[in-house]
Amino acid sequence: MQIQTIISTNSNHMNRIVDKEFLSENVVKIVVEAPLIAKSRKPGNFIILRVSEKGERIPLTIASANEEKGTIDLIAQKVGVSTEKLAKMEIGDSLHDLVGPLGKATEISKIGTILACGGGVGIAPLLPIIEGFKKAGNRIVSVLAARSKDLIILEDEIRKWSDEVIIMTDDGSYGTKGLVTEGAEMVIKREKVDECIAIGPAIMMKFTSLLTKKYNIPTQASLNSIMVDGTGMCGACRVTVGGKTKFTCVDGPEFDAHQIDFDEMMMRLGGYSEEEKKAHQNFINQL
Amino acid sequence: MTILSEYLKEQRNEEWRAELRKKLKGKERTNIPRVDMPEVSPEERTKFQNVEVNLGLDKEKAIVEASRCMDCATPTCIDGCPVQINIPEFIKNIEREEFGLAAQTLKKTSALPAVCGRVCPQEKQCEELCFYTTKLGKDPIAIGYLERFAADWERESGEMSVPECAPANGKKIAAIGSGPASLSFAGDMAKLGYDVTVFEALHEIGGVLKYGIPEFRLPNSVVDVELDNLRQMGVKFVNNFIVGRTASFDDLKEEGFEGFFVASGAGLPRFMNIPGENYNGIMSSNEYLTRVNLMGAASDDNDTPVLRGKTVAVIGGGNTAMDSVRTSKRLGAERSIIVYRRSRAEMPARVEEVNHAEEEGIEFMNLANPVEYFADEKGRVNKMRLQHMELGEPDASGRRRPVPIEGSEEDIDVDLVIVAVGVSPNPLIPSCLPELEVSKWGTIEVGDNMQSSIPVLFAGGDIVRGGATVILAMGDGRNAAASMHEYLSGEQKND
Repeated sequence: MQIQTIISTNSNHMNRIVDKEFLSENVVKIVVEAPLIAKSRKPGNFIILRVSEKGERIPLTIASANEEKGTIDLIAQKVGVSTEKLAKMEIGDSLHDLVGPLGKATEISKIGTILACGGGVGIAPLLPIIEGFKKAGNRIVSVLAARSKDLIILEDEIRKWSDEVIIMTDDGSYGTKGLVTEGAEMVIKREKVDECIAIGPAIMMKFTSLLTKKYNIPTQASLNSIMVDGTGMCGACRVTVGGKTKFTCVDGPEFDAHQIDFDEMMMRLGGYSEEEKKAHQNFINQL
Repeated sequence: MTILSEYLKEQRNEEWRAELRKKLKGKERTNIPRVDMPEVSPEERTKFQNVEVNLGLDKEKAIVEASRCMDCATPTCIDGCPVQINIPEFIKNIEREEFGLAAQTLKKTSALPAVCGRVCPQEKQCEELCFYTTKLGKDPIAIGYLERFAADWERESGEMSVPECAPANGKKIAAIGSGPASLSFAGDMAKLGYDVTVFEALHEIGGVLKYGIPEFRLPNSVVDVELDNLRQMGVKFVNNFIVGRTASFDDLKEEGFEGFFVASGAGLPRFMNIPGENYNGIMSSNEYLTRVNLMGAASDDNDTPVLRGKTVAVIGGGNTAMDSVRTSKRLGAERSIIVYRRSRAEMPARVEEVNHAEEEGIEFMNLANPVEYFADEKGRVNKMRLQHMELGEPDASGRRRPVPIEGSEEDIDVDLVIVAVGVSPNPLIPSCLPELEVSKWGTIEVGDNMQSSIPVLFAGGDIVRGGATVILAMGDGRNAAASMHEYLSGEQKND
């Protein structure tokens, strides 16, 4: 029926924002009407949206979905012009474009104990994955890390699907003072960990991966590469995994972290930094 | 085939055609030189990304060119056309100044005449088999220019004819992807009375016609008019919808869809897997052209950025390579260079595009191939190592194989590299259907009738061919429409 409505209205511009909330100063959560995606999405999937006709295509992980209400939750950090514009949208507004679900879904099975490491806004994509693993009967130990207390997002939601949550902050304003790797190593030394998932800034994933490699723990990382179309067409999101070039959008976004060339990934994330800075400055000047 | 040739004969024997043939003697026709296409000067056109290079023929020029056509008893030109346009019929209509009828003739078998008149490699198709080429050794009739003239005339006249469609049969059909194969399929199915919905993953309808081919070669407005024409025939378009993902094939079947045509294209860009290829400033032609064409990155109004370069090297010798290198010139590059591993004679690009590129000051480094890239401390490419090549024995494609010359490496300073060495099939749709048979290259396996291993699923265009032309894709679309119609009608009889 929903498909029929989309066809007959000749557009699927329902995409209405039904709820919005700032999780921290720079991190916004929006709840968007997208009944087909809410139904078909799986943990690990992402969407691409455009705020306006002249907007960029922005990839965002689906943090969670409500199939009954036909909505999906998206979480974005204000980092540039496009995410600033997204954060300015209000309840009742509609996204100009929304397509998904994209990317390979997380392979979920009963493994044992999962160490789930989330850094900053990376906690958002971590959420649907631990939900999936918890429902499959795994023990979940989550380590959430951020610079300070107000940047720890989705703590309650993460707690819902975790057996234990460890909070790490750089400044010690909440939880234990220290880095994500310290929290993770504490768990690894304490108990048998069967798999690790690391999502967050590239540098955080790199060091988490180095840590788990030392202990021989299989580790998945979910990458937030630069994308244009998100459907395999452009190759902007290419990343070297195990010496081979892969596309984050169709081969990922999750890869074996021990095989990822994080240094190259970080270099590529900076590929448009000058253009982005200039555009951001122009945007701020216009306000 | 006999039905077609009898139909052509019948048309040719119509009184007006017979009269028109008598108007000029054969010699008078063959003595007329081939018309030249008026163009915007290279200095002027390279200032803009969206100024079309070719201006099109005016009425007078078109009529003169049309009168060169001998209206052959056996029009071999049609054999060269993947969608079998009745070429003499439309050309003779131009000669007698019935431009609207000429356009209608085109639209009987082609959903996109204004597009094909601009982007088809006519010199390798209809014009190669023209009587002038094969028998007289003269320049062929400018069939492509005339096709464009008729389609443009109709569009600009404001009196677009809508092809006749059979009464609605109530059968719902899904076309997946909105590029040339799908549009051609949709047009033919609509004519047969089907209820066709075209599903597109991107936010724009048109596939490669929008994201790939630049506006200086194919203006978006031209594509939009052809899309409108399909809409008037009842074809529905849905953007931002990935069949198999947003909703499954089974979901669509439950909604009453009885046939599927997959034309999702060869969206996956190929790279060469040489050292340094992942440095910043090295990207696929797909990325470069998508940023500029689809996302409007050349203009400050749009949020999507594109990297600019002072010295831009484009790797490849096809149409996409020409589109990319000419785009870089328009975005302000001081040097724009084609690096191609064979020689000019083997270039797969349309001759006209290569000529236009040359006029625009594009440099050609033929018989050269990159082997490694180098970058600055930030990871931005700054140098490319080329190896020079020579031509050896012909390979499977019939073209002479490029062979590296040992010790011939040369370093060249570049700050942007566009890799245009081909594409692979997009795995997105096939991966949703594990029971679908695909080749080891990822193309969908189909029979001569474009039917896949799943009977209700037909496929065509680059997802089957792996990387071809607009017109071959359109031919597939027509072929698939005819076969699906036969299949669905047969099924009905068996009920």
